[in-house]
Amino acid sequence: MAHPSTDTVWDWLRAVPDPEIPVISVVDLGIVRDVAWEGEELKVAITPTYSGCPATSVIRFDIETALRDKGIEKLRVEQRLSPAWTTDWINEDAKARLEAYGIAPPTPAGGPEKCPRCGSPEVERISQFGSTPCKAQWRCRDCLEPFDYFKCI
Amino acid sequence: MDETLFDFLLRMGDSTLILGHRISEWCGHAPVLEEDIALANTALDLIGQTQMWLGLAGEIEGKGRSADDLAFLRDAWDFRNALLVELPNGDFGRTILRQFLFDAWHKPMLKALAGSDNERVAEIAAKAVKEVDYHLERSANTVVALGDGTDESHRRMQDALDALWPYAGELRTIAGPDGVIPDGVADAHSAMMREVLSEATLKIPEGEFAHKGGVSGQMHTEHLGHLLTTMQWLQRAYPGATW
Ligand SMILES: [Zn+2]
Repeated sequence: MAHPSTDTVWDWLRAVPDPEIPVISVVDLGIVRDVAWEGEELKVAITPTYSGCPATSVIRFDIETALRDKGIEKLRVEQRLSPAWTTDWINEDAKARLEAYGIAPPTPAGGPEKCPRCGSPEVERISQFGSTPCKAQWRCRDCLEPFDYFKCI
Repeated sequence: MDETLFDFLLRMGDSTLILGHRISEWCGHAPVLEEDIALANTALDLIGQTQMWLGLAGEIEGKGRSADDLAFLRDAWDFRNALLVELPNGDFGRTILRQFLFDAWHKPMLKALAGSDNERVAEIAAKAVKEVDYHLERSANTVVALGDGTDESHRRMQDALDALWPYAGELRTIAGPDGVIPDGVADAHSAMMREVLSEATLKIPEGEFAHKGGVSGQMHTEHLGHLLTTMQWLQRAYPGATW
């Protein structure tokens, strides 16, 4: 029996949301590093964002569930550490969706360009650590709202 | 089994595990919410790094022990963490100062290890150092803010430094996967400590005496056993429990 192409598998994975930030997918985040067939077995390589991120095991489970629902029976999800995950792998379209969701996207400057709520550039850092390992806490000096910034790594 | 490599992996993994557990004790108790969150996130990073170091240690040992087995089913005498990380938290200032003394070693050590010939070691170090950048930035800034703060915060930070300084030197005895201490790590550690502590208006105690015994496993402080009874409580009460 012919198995689905890797392109098809990538499309399926693009529909698997990140468990903590559901507006972006595990593919948008750059967590899925490789999809390949080895004979009759599908091999998916994933990489953790932060080494202790509790979402990693949920993501692995969500990927397995999604692919099994599509009829993949022989499946191996492997962890790959190198090259280490970087926010550079988050694509532009996903960054726009992050901002619309209220999370300022990562920038090379190391801080948000503007408040994701009101658009003001008058923002200040509260803490380099936030509600999840990948986020920092910032505040807008105009609308006074605190917001999350997806920090660069 | 490569004993040198195994010991190295335990020294890294036990140090991140014990420090990660120590600072997780602050969860829900830190003086302000932002610091509570920062300590919990730092603990999470360190425990994540522990999974990688001890996971590889188990593979190298080749007896089928997982990272969890190594963390929860060994007793104090088998741990190889530096003594600094097993010391009790004390007040918030002492916790932050201990974190800084550790981070100031951890970052150059990981940077050096990222260039190791051992690819498995290099890839773990390259990943961990990105997280440790943030740990060091925060602990250094907080040490300066508290050291160069009020009379009360300055006094507490100087007390903390006087108590912890003799424990910083042992970190610099930790060798790489080949049994050799990586070049430049000791100098980078000393330089970073001097720079930040001076900015924090803190006085480095005189004398080079360093407590040792954690990294070699010869003698831990009495505090490690107490920590393990808490950390390993579930496996001790219900051996082999899983969920
Ligand atoms: Zn705003």
